Parts: sequence; structure tokens; C-alpha cells
Amino acid sequence: MNRLGLSARDYRGKPSTLCKGCGHDAISAQLIRAFYESDIEPHRVAKLSGIGCSSKTPAYFLGQSHGFNSVHGRMPSVATGTMLANRELVAVGVSGDGDTASIGIGQFVHLVRRNVPVIYIVENNGVYGLTKGQFSATADENAKLRTGEVNRLPNIDLCGMAVELGATYVGRSFAGDPKQLVALLRGALAHNGIAVLDILSPCVTFNNHAGSTKSYTWGKDNEEPIHLLDFVPEYEQIEVEYEEGTTRDVQLHDGSWIRLSKLDADYDPTNRRAARALMLDAHEKNRFVTGLIYVDPSKPTFIDTLEMTDTPLAWLDESRLRPPREALDEVIASYR
Amino acid sequence: MSQSSALAEATSASEGAARRLIVNDLTIQVATVNGSGSQSSNLVLLRSLFRMGIPVGGKNLFPSNIAGLPTWFTIRANHSGWVARKRRVDFLVALNPQTAARDVRSLEPGSAVVYEAGMRLERQRDDLVFYPVPFQGLAGEVTREVRLRKLLANMIYVGVLGELLEIDPDAIDAAIDAQFRRKKAAAELNRRAVRIGARYVRDALEKRDPYAVAPMDRNHGKILIDGNAAAALGAMFGGASVATWYPITPSSSLVEQLEKFLRRYRKDEDGRATFAVVQAEDELAAVGMALSAGWAGARAMTATSGPGISLMSEFVGLGYYAEIPAVIWNIQRVGPSTGLPTRTAQGDILATYNLSHGDTRHVCLLPASTAECFEFGWRAFDFAERLQTPVFVLSDLDLGMNIWATDPFEYPDQPMDRGKVLSKEDLERLGSFQRYADVDGDGIPWRTLPGTDHPRAAYFARGSGHDESAEYTESEEAYVRVMERLDRKFETARSLVPPPVVDAADPPSGIGIIAFGSSDPAVEEARVQLRDQAGIEVDYLRLRALPLAPAVRDFIAARRFVVVLDQNRDAQLLQLLRAEFGDRLPPGVLRSLRHFNGLPVDARTIADFVAAMEMGTAGSAS
Repeated sequence: MNRLGLSARDYRGKPSTLCKGCGHDAISAQLIRAFYESDIEPHRVAKLSGIGCSSKTPAYFLGQSHGFNSVHGRMPSVATGTMLANRELVAVGVSGDGDTASIGIGQFVHLVRRNVPVIYIVENNGVYGLTKGQFSATADENAKLRTGEVNRLPNIDLCGMAVELGATYVGRSFAGDPKQLVALLRGALAHNGIAVLDILSPCVTFNNHAGSTKSYTWGKDNEEPIHLLDFVPEYEQIEVEYEEGTTRDVQLHDGSWIRLSKLDADYDPTNRRAARALMLDAHEKNRFVTGLIYVDPSKPTFIDTLEMTDTPLAWLDESRLRPPREALDEVIASYR
Repeated sequence: MSQSSALAEATSASEGAARRLIVNDLTIQVATVNGSGSQSSNLVLLRSLFRMGIPVGGKNLFPSNIAGLPTWFTIRANHSGWVARKRRVDFLVALNPQTAARDVRSLEPGSAVVYEAGMRLERQRDDLVFYPVPFQGLAGEVTREVRLRKLLANMIYVGVLGELLEIDPDAIDAAIDAQFRRKKAAAELNRRAVRIGARYVRDALEKRDPYAVAPMDRNHGKILIDGNAAAALGAMFGGASVATWYPITPSSSLVEQLEKFLRRYRKDEDGRATFAVVQAEDELAAVGMALSAGWAGARAMTATSGPGISLMSEFVGLGYYAEIPAVIWNIQRVGPSTGLPTRTAQGDILATYNLSHGDTRHVCLLPASTAECFEFGWRAFDFAERLQTPVFVLSDLDLGMNIWATDPFEYPDQPMDRGKVLSKEDLERLGSFQRYADVDGDGIPWRTLPGTDHPRAAYFARGSGHDESAEYTESEEAYVRVMERLDRKFETARSLVPPPVVDAADPPSGIGIIAFGSSDPAVEEARVQLRDQAGIEVDYLRLRALPLAPAVRDFIAARRFVVVLDQNRDAQLLQLLRAEFGDRLPPGVLRSLRHFNGLPVDARTIADFVAAMEMGTAGSAS
């Protein structure tokens, strides 16, 4: 039971229809865990998606939450409209590399630019699954399909782009690293603003072979965490640092903390220049750098800038939506 | 443009070069260059006539350009209230050297021309009345500031016309005050320009044309407003809470004015908004935001024009199939493609009605006046939420951007209809619900909103195949059941939307006309021309919505022939009637009148066509 008295079962969805071993199912499992552990009321959550294998997954977690599986590449606008109508919702959008980096890149860019409070998950496997294995725009240069076809185009680095566009929470992770993933998800839930999580999520059917740079094996062999991540909710006492200079704590919008334990080099995820430098280096060398790449807990969200009333617009009744007769008289008089 | 027709010849006495005083029946056209600042002068002229109590309307024919291309502003004043476009221009103000020669050539004999004296237009023809005016020289008398002279030259023609046509100087004064509001110095400068124009007429010109205006009392209580402002007002009083849009002519001014109204009237005491207006990155995002806001419970809308409608197609199909309310205004312009972005048409009615792939049909409201733009502006939300589907409102550039006189709008006479929404309490009583089940037999299911605090409230909206419980399915039976229920829902819509307005003689005439939207003023004027000038009585059915009401078929079946007026090339309304009623119509009863040159249809075009049909001479569309 969590602090709401709900069990993990209350956060489950329908059985998955994806291939056995699909990275997406591993991510759904961590989403269930993160929402459960962070005591989020399921009815406050809206699950949004576009089209593709990834976009099917909102049916497979949080069955007590409203979901909207929309059109290809357009989850960002659907998440935006949902949050405009009801600012109290927790929006979690699930997308894929085709859905985000190709057909939906424009909407992705503008969602990030606006800093709409949405957890934007990219289940990134470098291929189109439902149409049977074509390269996507995040496939690495010189990566090979099972057919032997080689990708000659450079990939689009969604984390680098997100930092560049002013995203306020950017993480990269791996479906095969549940501990890191759940901490990043819980941090995203505590964040107020756009949270972009680009998660390597291997496609066991079309892109898990030798020569693939999006396979489980490749991920395990190449993952380079920049730090160890722990999420500390605001109601828990954050422990005193046990060894000077080995950890860095970042306080998030809701008062909770992300504790980053230093690995090789100290990395400050609140430094945007450092984040851009790291992403550029990782992109150039095809390094699979994971962790919390960038966070800015203070930037106002799109919802803040609209200066809307606290009550969600969706709940406003006629008395607040329809101005009185005198207002019409006044407008008419102004046209005389 | 000169014309000859059976009807025109029979009635030439009422128009043309008769040298008697013609009072309160004229069309003034001001030909200028866009960006030259003539709009204020045109509005002052329009408002002056309006304040004199004369029925009047203004149409701006402008280029898709910011500055330097020809533009024509046409004011029609008519004692009987006819303000549709008239082909004949009675009074031309020729200030654009680029078009002056052509503008003068196109006039009919007896018309008057006011023009910059230096252009020497009087050399062109000897059957017009010429009033040369040294505008630039006179402007020098108004101000020494070179920068202002060009602007003030525009206000000089207001003075010239005022004197020539006997416009009440007090009305001009009041119109200048209304135009410049708080800018007292500007108002004074403009007043001086008007006085100098009027004085020049008295000193240097002799009145030789037959046109004049005189006070009437036809505008009591009325206002002048454009259709987009009326639509915006209607939307606000309809409780619009989310408006998402992408700029496109001629719809931009709808949401811009909506935002202005919302900021004034829809803020809480603490200054916070009960609305969100978002300029999206494109029309796909605009409609995506509107639909998802509707899904989440807002009164959501967007406004666009042809190219935007094309882009919205995929999302609109989702809205239809997943059953999501939203209001989409389509201020039609001339297509296909970019077409003529600043000209008017009714060319999207078929595409909008069937927008998106697969079997889709949409409720379309068809306002014909600013009053209906207001009324449909608020009602559209009721229809969208009651029917849980995207609802379109098809206006056009002529209605949306031009200026019309209207009686004040009527405050909504019904409370908002928020449709079938289950609350937490409803769910506690019912135990559960099926999102897409037809429990009431009207084809309309019940929905819940995200955020409803009940473990059974949630459902999964999707554009993929689904059953009554909103579960994914590829079952052929479930697919057919859902599609047939959507069809039943559309039948419910048929009985819910505004019925057509029928104006028929008793007993009915054998001749009918069917039209919609901004064609209305021209149709009404044509009916009177036909009655007064040729003794032909024409009954009129004006469509106000799709799907078509059964009364439309009855109207057609009861007449010898029915002219279907389309402001598009492909007779789209006629195609809709044929598709809907097909073999249940008498053969040959429908006659297509198509007008599609980008200008609003005029009464004479309609009257000539009907007369030709009645006389058995083969008529052809303009």
C-alpha cells in the first residue's frame, strides 16, 4: 500500500499486446512503480500518445486514468490542450522515435519551447515497429538492420535538442536500467514543466541483433551513467552527505530532492552549458550517456504564463463562462 | 461592367443615366493603394451615412499584400436596405494611378468620378461626370508636414463627397470622433481636411451628377460590425474557454477579437482568466489542442480558412470517431490551394461536410448575417457538447471581414447545454459506464472527463477500432455497430440543428431558390427585383445547417424548378442535395447557378438567371 492506501495493482493497466521482451513493457512497469511510489491519484492522470508501438502502451498502465491515443506525431498538441482544459491533471505522454523525431518533430519542438507541464517519454528503439522495421530518425549513423541495410544518415539527438530548446527537465535512460529509470520518472513527477525522457527501449523483433546500436546488449555494454540517481520525496528527511563532495542534491518544484552520487567526474545538471557540451560530445562519439542531463526547477510553465484561474477551465460552470447581459449591452454600445 | 439581359433591358429606366435626382441609392467605390491609410476615411464615410439613418454596408476588396497594391473599398447606401454587392459603381473616387484608367473604363454612363486632377481622366470618356480635385495641393493647406499630407488627402475626399452628395456635416463630425476616439489632435486635423475638401467643391466644382443622400430613420438602434467580431462575441457568450489558432486570412480577426473580448469580460476579480487563447505552431496543433481541450471538458474552439481546414483533416476524423466536442470556424476564401486569399467563396462546403478519410460527416452551421454569426457562435458549443463531435461554422470573407449594419444581438435565450457528462456522483449511483454505448437510443453515448474522482470514470479514447467499452478491437461486428450508431447520432443532429428558413408565397410559387450563408442579401434583393420588375415570384429556402432537413426535399418537390445558388465552380450545394435526396427528386428540377469569381454574388446575377430560366432561354452561370 502507498500513502493513499492504494496497492500497485491499482496502477496496472490492460495486459500488453507488444512482443515478449519489448523494452516498452519494461518502461510501463517502471511507470506503474513511479506513480505508485509517488502516491499519485490515478484519476488525476491523463495519458496521451500518438501512433506506434510506444503509443499503444498507455493502455497497459494506470487503468484508472483517462487515456487518449491520438494521431501520429501529435501527442504534444493533445497534451497541451488537455492541460489548458484542466491544469490540475498530471499529463504523461508516451511517444516513440518515429512519432517524435520524424512526423512529430514540429510539435515536439513547440511543446518543449512552451514548457508545458508534461512528462514526455520517448521509447526510443531506432526503428518503426508496426510497419515492420524501417529505420527511424534516431537510428545511429552506420547502424545495420537485420536485412543488412545500413543507415547513412546522422541521428537526431532528442536530449540535445531538448536542452537547446529550453527544456526544464531532460533525462536519458535505458529500459534495462530500472533503478535509474524509476528515479528519473519520480523526479519528472515532482517537476513542474516539460520533462523529456529519452529512453533506449530495444525492439526485440526488428532491432536487437548484433550490429544494432539500440539492442539490449549494446545498451548494457555501452551505458555510461553520469551519476547514480536517488529520488527523495519531500516528506522524507534527506540524509546528511556521508562523504564530502561525493553527492549533489537538486531540489525539485514540489519540495522533493534528486540526490546525484558522483561517479567519475562531477556533473552539474543545473548548468545548461555543461549539459549542451555533454550532449554534443556524446552525439559526436556515439556515447550512450544516461542520467539527469539538465534540470531547471524554477522556470515558469506555459500554464503559469497564461494566468488562468485556479479552477480548471473544464470545471467552470455557466455563471463563470457566460458574461451577464450587461456585458453584451456594453459591447453593443461600443459599436455605436 | 456593362451588361445586357432580358431583365436589365426591361428595367433600364430604374438604373442608368436618367438625369433626375437619385436619393439614397448609390454605390461609392474608393480606389486606392493598400497601405496608404485610406481605411479611416472609408470608415468615416460609411459611418456618416449610417448616422444619417441610411441603410449602408462596406466591402473591402484588398490584395494579399501589406503595401503598394490596388485596393477598392465599396460603400453601398440603399433606402430599401439592399447592401449586397452591386455591379454598377455610381461614384468612383480614383486615387490610384495604377488602376484609374481601368476603373474609369468599367463605369457605366452617367457615373461620377472624383480624382486627382493631375491624372486628366476627363480625357478618357465623355459620358461620365468628372470632378477633378487637386488633392496634393489641398493637403498642403491642411498641414505643412509632408509625412501627413498623403494620409490627409484621403480625408479630403470625404469632404468632397460630403459636399457633392449632401452628407450631413454633423454626421461626418460624429464619425470622425468615433474613428479617432481619444486622439483629439488627429480628429481636429482630419476635420480640417474634410472642411477644405468641401470648400473646394463649393468654390470650384459644379454639381452635375444625379446622386444625393438625405436623412432617413432606418438605423435606429443598429450597429455596424464585421462577421468575425460578431462570431467572436457569440463564442464568448457561448462560454468559450479554450481557443487555439494559427493566423490565416480571413479568419485571424475572429480569434484576435475574441481574445480582446475575453480579456475585458472573462477575468475573475483577481484578474485571472477563465479562458486560454493559444497561438499554435500550425493548424494541426491548433485543432489538436482544441479537440483535446474538448475531450478534457473545456468549451474549445479554433478558427481557420481553407488551407487550415485541409491540414486539420486527420484530427477532425479522430474527433468524429472518438466523439470529441470542439467548434471549428471556417472563414472561407477562394481555393484551391492558396487560391485568392483575400477574396470570398463558398468553396469548402463539400470538403468540410465530409472532412477526413473514411466515412465521416460533420455538423455544419451556415450563418448568413452578423446576427447569425453571433447566435451560431454560442449555439455551436451546445451542439458540439450535446452531440460530442466537432461542429463547423462556415462563414466566409465577405461576411467575416466586411462591415454590416445589424440590430443588436440577442442575449442567449437558453442555458448552456453541456451534454451527457457523468459526474463522480452519477458513477457512484451507476457503478460503471460504457463510453460508447447508446443507452438513450439517440446515438449519443455518455462521457466522463479526465480528473473525475472515481475508479470507474476512466476510459481510453482512441482513433483506432473500438467497442462500446472503448476497448481496442478489430472485430468486424463491433466496428459496424459503432459506425451505425454514429449514423444514428447524425440523424439526431439532423433534428437538432437550426432548420432552414423558408419564405414562400401563398399558394407557393412554382419557382424556388436555395442558398446559404452570405448569398442571402443578394438573393433577397433579387427576389424583389424579379417581383417588381418582371412579375416573377420566387420562393426562397435558406439553409442554416447540415445535415439537411427533410423540409428541403419537400420544398424542392413542390416546385417546377429550383435554382441552387453556389458561390463555387462545382455546384457543391447542388451535389449535396443530389447525394442526399437523389432519385427522390423530380428529374431536372434543380438548376445550378454558380458564381465563383471571388467577389460576393450580386442580385442582378441571380435575377437574370432566374428570369432566363423562367423565359425558357438557356441561362448560364456567371
